[in-house]
Amino acid sequence: MVKAEHLVKRFGQNYALNDVSFEIQKGEVVGLLGPNGAGKSTTMNILTGYLSATSGAAFIGDVNILDDPIGAKKKIGFLPEQPPLYPDMTVEEYLRFVYALKGCDPDAKAREGHLEKICTAVRVQDVKKRLIKNLSKGYKQRVGIAQALIGDPELIIFDEPTVGLDPKQILEVRNLIRTLAKDRTVILSTHILAEAQAVCERIIIINEGKIIADERTDNLSKAIKDGFSYELKITGPQKDVLAALSDLPGVKTASATGERDADALCYIVESDRGVDPRKAIFNLCSAKGWYILGLEPVGTDLESIFIRLIDGTAQDAAPARRKAH
Amino acid sequence: MLAIYKREMRSYFTGVIGYVFLVIFLAVGGAVFAYTTLFSMSADTTAYFTFMLIFSAIVLPLLTMKSFSEERKLKTEQLLLTSPVSIPGMVIGKFLAAYTVFAGALIVNSLSFLFLYRYAAVRTGVLIGNIVALLLVGGVFIAIGLFISSLTENQLSAAIGTIAVILVLLGVGLLGNLLPASFFLRYILNALSIFTRFQTFANGYFDLASLIYYLSVAAIFVYLTVRVYDRRRYN
Repeated sequence: MVKAEHLVKRFGQNYALNDVSFEIQKGEVVGLLGPNGAGKSTTMNILTGYLSATSGAAFIGDVNILDDPIGAKKKIGFLPEQPPLYPDMTVEEYLRFVYALKGCDPDAKAREGHLEKICTAVRVQDVKKRLIKNLSKGYKQRVGIAQALIGDPELIIFDEPTVGLDPKQILEVRNLIRTLAKDRTVILSTHILAEAQAVCERIIIINEGKIIADERTDNLSKAIKDGFSYELKITGPQKDVLAALSDLPGVKTASATGERDADALCYIVESDRGVDPRKAIFNLCSAKGWYILGLEPVGTDLESIFIRLIDGTAQDAAPARRKAH
Repeated sequence: MLAIYKREMRSYFTGVIGYVFLVIFLAVGGAVFAYTTLFSMSADTTAYFTFMLIFSAIVLPLLTMKSFSEERKLKTEQLLLTSPVSIPGMVIGKFLAAYTVFAGALIVNSLSFLFLYRYAAVRTGVLIGNIVALLLVGGVFIAIGLFISSLTENQLSAAIGTIAVILVLLGVGLLGNLLPASFFLRYILNALSIFTRFQTFANGYFDLASLIYYLSVAAIFVYLTVRVYDRRRYN
């Protein structure tokens, strides 16, 4: 459905994308994951024809976006990072405009039926008559999603669809995307790992314009779980605690951070791959009469994963990086 | 293209810009018409149209200043450029919308001349020549305005830039007239001047070269606007 072949995008001397290749099959839901400035939006903008690549090619279906931009764009619904809304239009007027812009069936009955279906799907029926400028951010985002669905495109691309939304709105938008993804190919960009994990079946991690991992979500989650680090807050003499922790089976290293929380000291424990030392730690502290004031895994955030993926330990942690098709 | 044309037309009249333009154009046009013909007891329309030419240079940027700059500011150009619409289609849709408002205002204003027929012998050829010339020049001004608007996301900068470019194009003819007749440069400046060519039409002569000149200049600026968008995709 989507093929990116050696995409390079240079802005002056800086590479926004540097030899990015991947292929997405019909019906896949793929997350483009990376920190701000990683090249996610640039990739999406190239796929949608908004930007041209310095070199390389992007195909939507069999159509090269440069050879037949209009043919390729007919297959795409795109929600950019900032929804492209005209504040002076009502939701209804705006959706009718996008419907005409996409060259859909001009018959008024067909149009109203199609728009009604979309408004119901994204739940904006009750604000159809309202000016877009008066809508909340959550509703604006939904209207943005609605415009992307017009014309029943085979491929839907969402660029950071939950940025700036409150937690309730984020959940609503995620659920909506999950529903939409049932019968469409979806590409979603985000810098939130949990979001990609919640919605996507495959994750492409991109950093500094390069793909650093391309894996199925379940494999990536497993890779993340392997070799956890834990932050502990334990009362008790530092020397004894460190010695006891280090002796626990499956614990690779234990070190004190030097920080305090009430009368507890903070420690970092790194476990061997595939070993969860939490029960052993609990039993140890219970036996010694030490209190555990905190025990939480660290290093599962995106930044840590990046570091692990980049510094080579990822070679072990992550199952083989999938090669571009 | 039609969808963009309709949206532009709608945006002129759901906001204030369309009304402001029409009120200013019709009010000033009516006043100048009354002053140069009725009050002066004259059937000569040349002064009126010469004034309207200069006046159009100042008020037409009202119609074009937000055409692209606003799209850029609101990021709605991303919708237009990722929809199955060609860039020339997008530019021409906006051009035609601005042109419709301008041409409508000019034609309504020109209806005033029907009064003159009751009181004086109006030279119809000259009158039609003037109207056609102003319609052509309006197209050039709108194309320039769209081009300048595509370069910035600030409406005020777009308006001021448009007025400046138009005044330069109007001024080159006047500059040429200051040069001795033997200077070749004078010939070139007059050939490039919007104003000099306008006078040919205004005298009631149909000048094919001037017609081609106006259409070409408008087409060049429309093309340059398309190129701005084409080029932006690569930068």
